Amino acid sequence: MSGGMSTGPATPPREQQRKMQSTGEVRAMAELPGRAGLGLAGGFLPPLVALAIAAVVGDLLILSFGEAPSTVFRLLVEGTWGNAYGIGQVLYKATTLACTGLAFALASRAGLFNIGAEGQLAAGGFGAALLGTLLPAGTPGLIAVPLCLLAAMLVGAGVGAVPGALRAKFGASEVIVTIMLNFVVLAFLNWIVSSKLRVPETLHTLPVVAGMVPRLADSFVAFRGSAANFTIAFAVLAAVVSWWYLFRTRSGYELRAVGLQPDAAEYGGVRVPRVMLVTMCLSGALAGLGGMNFVLGYKGYYEEGFAGGAGFLGIAVALVGRNHPIGILGAALLFGTLSQGGLAVNAIVPKQLTDILTAVVILAVATAVPEVQKQLRAAAANVTAAFYRDARNGVS
Amino acid sequence: MTMFASNASAIRMTGVVKTFGAVVANRDAFLDVAPGEIHALVGENGAGKSTLMRVLAGMYAPDAGAVQVNGRDVTGWKTPSAIAAGVGMVHQHFMLVPTLTVAENVILGMEPRKGMQVDLHRAVIEVESLCRKCGLHVDAKAKVADLSVGEAQRVEILKALYRGAKILILDEPTAVLSPPEVRDLWTVLRALKDDGGTVVLITHKLDEVIAVSDTITVMRGGMTIARFATEGTTARDIARAMVGRDVQLHLDAQSGADSWVAGAAAESTAAPLALPVLRVTNVSVMSDRGTRAVNDLSFEIRPGEILGIAGVEGNGQTELLEAIAGLRAMQSGSVQLSSQDFGTRSVRERADLGLSHIPEDRQRRGLILDYSIADNLILGRQQHFGSFGALDTARIARNAVEQVRRFDIRPAMPSLPARALSGGNQQKVVIAREMGREFSVLLAAQPTRGVDVGAIEFIHAQLRLARNAGKGILLVSADLPEVLALSDRIAVMYGGRFVTVLPAAQCSAEQLGPYMTGAAV
Amino acid sequence: MILLTFLLQTIRIAIPYLLAAAGGVMSERVGIIALGLEGMMLAGAFGAALGSYYGGNPWAGLAGALVAGAMVTAVLAVATLRYKANQVVVGVAINLLVVAATRFYLRRIFDSASNSPRVPGFGGEGAGGLFASFVNPVVWMGLAALPVLAWVLYRTPFGLRARAVGEKPEAAATLGVAVTRLRLQGLLIAGSLASLGGAYLALDQHQFSDSMTAGRGFIALAAVIFGRWDPVRVAVACLLFAGAETLQIQLQGSQLIPSQFVEMIPYVLTIVALAGVVGRSVAPAALGKTE
Repeated sequence: MSGGMSTGPATPPREQQRKMQSTGEVRAMAELPGRAGLGLAGGFLPPLVALAIAAVVGDLLILSFGEAPSTVFRLLVEGTWGNAYGIGQVLYKATTLACTGLAFALASRAGLFNIGAEGQLAAGGFGAALLGTLLPAGTPGLIAVPLCLLAAMLVGAGVGAVPGALRAKFGASEVIVTIMLNFVVLAFLNWIVSSKLRVPETLHTLPVVAGMVPRLADSFVAFRGSAANFTIAFAVLAAVVSWWYLFRTRSGYELRAVGLQPDAAEYGGVRVPRVMLVTMCLSGALAGLGGMNFVLGYKGYYEEGFAGGAGFLGIAVALVGRNHPIGILGAALLFGTLSQGGLAVNAIVPKQLTDILTAVVILAVATAVPEVQKQLRAAAANVTAAFYRDARNGVS
Repeated sequence: MTMFASNASAIRMTGVVKTFGAVVANRDAFLDVAPGEIHALVGENGAGKSTLMRVLAGMYAPDAGAVQVNGRDVTGWKTPSAIAAGVGMVHQHFMLVPTLTVAENVILGMEPRKGMQVDLHRAVIEVESLCRKCGLHVDAKAKVADLSVGEAQRVEILKALYRGAKILILDEPTAVLSPPEVRDLWTVLRALKDDGGTVVLITHKLDEVIAVSDTITVMRGGMTIARFATEGTTARDIARAMVGRDVQLHLDAQSGADSWVAGAAAESTAAPLALPVLRVTNVSVMSDRGTRAVNDLSFEIRPGEILGIAGVEGNGQTELLEAIAGLRAMQSGSVQLSSQDFGTRSVRERADLGLSHIPEDRQRRGLILDYSIADNLILGRQQHFGSFGALDTARIARNAVEQVRRFDIRPAMPSLPARALSGGNQQKVVIAREMGREFSVLLAAQPTRGVDVGAIEFIHAQLRLARNAGKGILLVSADLPEVLALSDRIAVMYGGRFVTVLPAAQCSAEQLGPYMTGAAV
Repeated sequence: MILLTFLLQTIRIAIPYLLAAAGGVMSERVGIIALGLEGMMLAGAFGAALGSYYGGNPWAGLAGALVAGAMVTAVLAVATLRYKANQVVVGVAINLLVVAATRFYLRRIFDSASNSPRVPGFGGEGAGGLFASFVNPVVWMGLAALPVLAWVLYRTPFGLRARAVGEKPEAAATLGVAVTRLRLQGLLIAGSLASLGGAYLALDQHQFSDSMTAGRGFIALAAVIFGRWDPVRVAVACLLFAGAETLQIQLQGSQLIPSQFVEMIPYVLTIVALAGVVGRSVAPAALGKTE
């Protein structure tokens, strides 16, 4: 749960117990001493370790290019957070990444690996674009935007439903199905756009006539020129709703139970296959939502290859965000920065520097997490053992 | 006890201590086995037999004590050295690769070669000749996945013999075998003995001990309690050594519990004329392996009654309870709770109708170890803790505070993950959830397994309290004294059926033993 | 003659699939999910171009491919075997890493965003007619890979142990088989085979170009699953997928079936196979579990 972050008074356990028994007050039951620290460590330590490793690798790569790391990193920061345009671009990239990160995280919480966000993202964008071109011109934004949003999410959910249903019904590995389905979806979109819908001599569809999401620059002039748009509000909302769904609803309780211990979930009356199907649909919908950002927030049309790997980067975002919706918003900003920062430094080192660092971060988190968990469990066991020792030695 | 056996002992273990965290599995255990004998190592569940044998086979290093094999000190050795020295162990859970053939499983790791290839032809011939020599009948070319349990066990024995085992350790080998398979196994073990081999047999079935062993070592509570020559020893002598003090312990628990319950009627309040709360009619259930685990079983439980099911594990108890709980499909038959037919109702609907279930494996089914105590206390009832799909965290917290206090769960911190609790307190969380609410029937599977003495006492008291409050309880336990101490009626399950159902007052361990082993069907 | 042309072209297209799929079978049979095939291939292609460029001959290219493949395998092995990291996550990361790293060094070494200069390959410059590709030793390696792997898996002690480790590692361990070491050996073989598959592409086209494997690693993975982890069936699956691709190339312009639908064939067949509609695909039991 989200617990473990609260910092209770470091009272010894026996005292806490007495306090609880005397008052019956739930809030008084703080964490075991040190557990708050452990919880924080469990949440933030792996990403921090990963970033440190990435920084070292980055230095080495930059040195291998004969440049000074400090120059490159300064350029990276200046080109991203150094001016409003850079910030706008970071926010724009983070918006898509937040959606695909949430998509991966939600499935992950249910013990499912959705490697299909790339296809779901593209399909969602296509759905939004298609509806946007079909709506009557002049449909008010208040109607058109929600409709297009719904279209993006529904199409994404439809793509997610395939691996969900095959897993629920036949036990087919969702990892392989989502990977394979990416190719199928992208080939299908390629066919339908190139043979039916595209503007001749281009790789994109006709521009939408309704449902465009306003740019941030329309409200905050400083962002002028950047692609940042109000889809970011939907992404933040999606994160908040995801958090609420995961940690405050019965469905979320059951979803996490399925991910942690499917046998116990079944015992607890959870229909495990159903949860898997629903989760994959929701995951696909979140990825599909990300498609709005490019199609309705930026270009105004669907374009071949717009997803550009953002679906896969969602895995990195979710890992660094520890599969927690709020953490994912932070991680999306981080990877948005790296992605935009690559462009900023491209003049002196190849922009793929930041792509390499992204992969290094994933590897480092993936290897650090089991290590840290192992140590946390050992620490928790020690704390518990200490409690029992105290309980035995003390008067009981 | 013979502490000064001759130097010619095949196995000599002295003062062995082995602990796992806070759990002491062996404290001062001794074992002395002469070459060429069949030695029975007996004791109740948790007496430390398997641990001691794993120390011998090199899987665990002892914390203290010495291990000698054929006069050589081998304390703390590793599995490969044990294999090389001719010590082989047949585990309770088979270590076989199901997709490989019998011959391939046997030769794995020391394959006969022909150039760069495995000489499979020679492997098959060698395995077949080994089969003939020891009277183990199994098709060397068959895939292990297609074998029966008895055949799979023979492959395990073959594996040990192929590696030249002169000392063969078998961990509860008959737990999974049918009576004819058990007789075959005895023939094999006797042949091994005649061939100069030494056998250590872990078991808790006394008829087996008498039938096949030459010498007996009894363990209890991690210690070696007694050593007998089988000849001239009766089952009664062994049982006294094995369970003697434990029976005493259970009596203590009972009186302690009664005083704890303070004033609750000690006698069952079951009204013989009351309508049954649980009625199981002609139920048949398949096991995971596709065999019929429960065979046309019928019984009833009345309010205020504990029906205890005794029996060796693997005789259909697990499948029966899963079927009643809705976790496993029935082949045929019906289950009714207070005249409500369960039919194809879901797990959740059954729970809502008043069925509670303490599952046999709390770490796999009963708890979500990474969930907090509070969240675990609503598992299976999550739909009652909120509205419109949202969870009411305040109510979950209140429920937790109440249950933690009522069932004395320690540490009393509802936000602690279940993983951090001791086995006894984990089980209390399950008990609190299943018994701390309205229910009419409770399925209690191995309710005190792996739980410390204090918690056992508490759990037994809770079960009696519920019985006295008019609940119907179906108790399944591998711990015979527990079944004897708690039940109003006792059914013995064997081969998917009840071979006998007796009022508890007329039962004793000696009397049930033959039924449990299928000897008195 | 048309048939012969079809057959030869199919084989040419199948070679990288056959090599990478052989690597995939090896990897998955010891229990490691082969999601990193694409990255191993791409690294192999880049290493081949580098080796061939600096060594001046394609054999140096093959050596370069093997070194590059081993480097990627080392990362994979450390993450999955030493740190027990999730294999799916590591596989995805490896692919991202190799795409980015090859682009980075393409610019660092050849100062180009798209491709390397021309490098020596096997066989003459565009000469030689139909059978020209058969002077290429990598073609023979590709044709031999899966049959040899079948022999290794089903006939040698290493193969027997590999199958045991991928199915029930704890059983193998009780018999003294060193599980982790065996998995490492399996991974190194897998990495070598997949990188040779990538080398074939680079040497055949006499250059490395950005992301030139274009999803072939995933088609190889599809073939592994569609062929149910059995080398002979996997070989058939590779030829089948390559045949479909050849057909698509030869039908180009005829508009009979849109090319995108031909592209989908391997993926759709694999999904269908996983759903059990054409015979259940049963993966090695310990696949993905490195605990």
